[in-house]
Amino acid sequence: MYLVKVYVTYKESILDPKGEAVNDALHRLGYTNVQSVELGKYFELRLTASSRPIEAEVDEMCDRLLANVNMETYRYDITELEAL
Amino acid sequence: MIFAVPVFPGSNCDHDMVNALRDVLHAQAELVPATTSDLSTYDAVILPGGFSYGDYLRSGAIARFAPVMTAVQAFAAAGKPVMGICNGFQILTEAGLLPGALQANRSAKFICQTSELIVRNTQTQFTTTYTENQHIQLPIAHGEGNYYCDAATLAELQAHHQIVFEYADNPNGSVANIAGIINRAGNVLGMMPHPERAVEAILGSIDGLGLFNSLLTNQGQEVTHA
Repeated sequence: MYLVKVYVTYKESILDPKGEAVNDALHRLGYTNVQSVELGKYFELRLTASSRPIEAEVDEMCDRLLANVNMETYRYDITELEAL
Repeated sequence: MIFAVPVFPGSNCDHDMVNALRDVLHAQAELVPATTSDLSTYDAVILPGGFSYGDYLRSGAIARFAPVMTAVQAFAAAGKPVMGICNGFQILTEAGLLPGALQANRSAKFICQTSELIVRNTQTQFTTTYTENQHIQLPIAHGEGNYYCDAATLAELQAHHQIVFEYADNPNGSVANIAGIINRAGNVLGMMPHPERAVEAILGSIDGLGLFNSLLTNQGQEVTHA
């Protein structure tokens, strides 16, 4: 069993108006030292080993569904979980 | 000419589309469920607006894997006309049937208003009843209608006259004022504005009729470039 933590964020060229709105709200709360906020997506997948390398499988899941590679990039961490 | 209007969980402009096709244009149109795997009895497919599968993850990202989309891929590959309106456009980009992506509006606001468009390509089976550079009024209603593509893709779109509709007053931040594009083959069109909401004077505009009348006139035949 593996725990895969996937982080999806916008490419640098993509506007992030939601992140800007959060940035502005933090400023209104007095945190004027905040320089920028990027708002992305976080996924936790729990999966069992298959016949394919897990990295290849996770890359495929990200490319096909979890991220839109036109405007987003992704990275992930894989942890092997101890069998219960 | 029989139109199929696929209904995804969360579609909400499906009945507006059928109303426009049946009651206003007196064409044959049927709602088909997202589980449909065969569209061979239809002559045109129109993906309606709405919030398919809640638009969870990204607009259109889950809908593109619905069984009906496998059929739409085959339908498009066979050269038959496919049109995606609003969420339908988002689904077509997610499915790879059209290039680019729709990102959040620059203002971060949901925009619901009448928008002025310029028809830039009338040599498509969807737009022959308009005149080139005609200004038309169509409603828009979206939170994620900001068309994005990289510079290389934009150059391709421009080189092949694939930008069909532009906003006169870009309301959402779209690259090159893009409101609607067509694929290279000329049979898959996607647009954020809603022609089906502009088909009767009482609705405020009849400028959407041109799209449906073009489709009905051309009967799925490719328009040859002059």
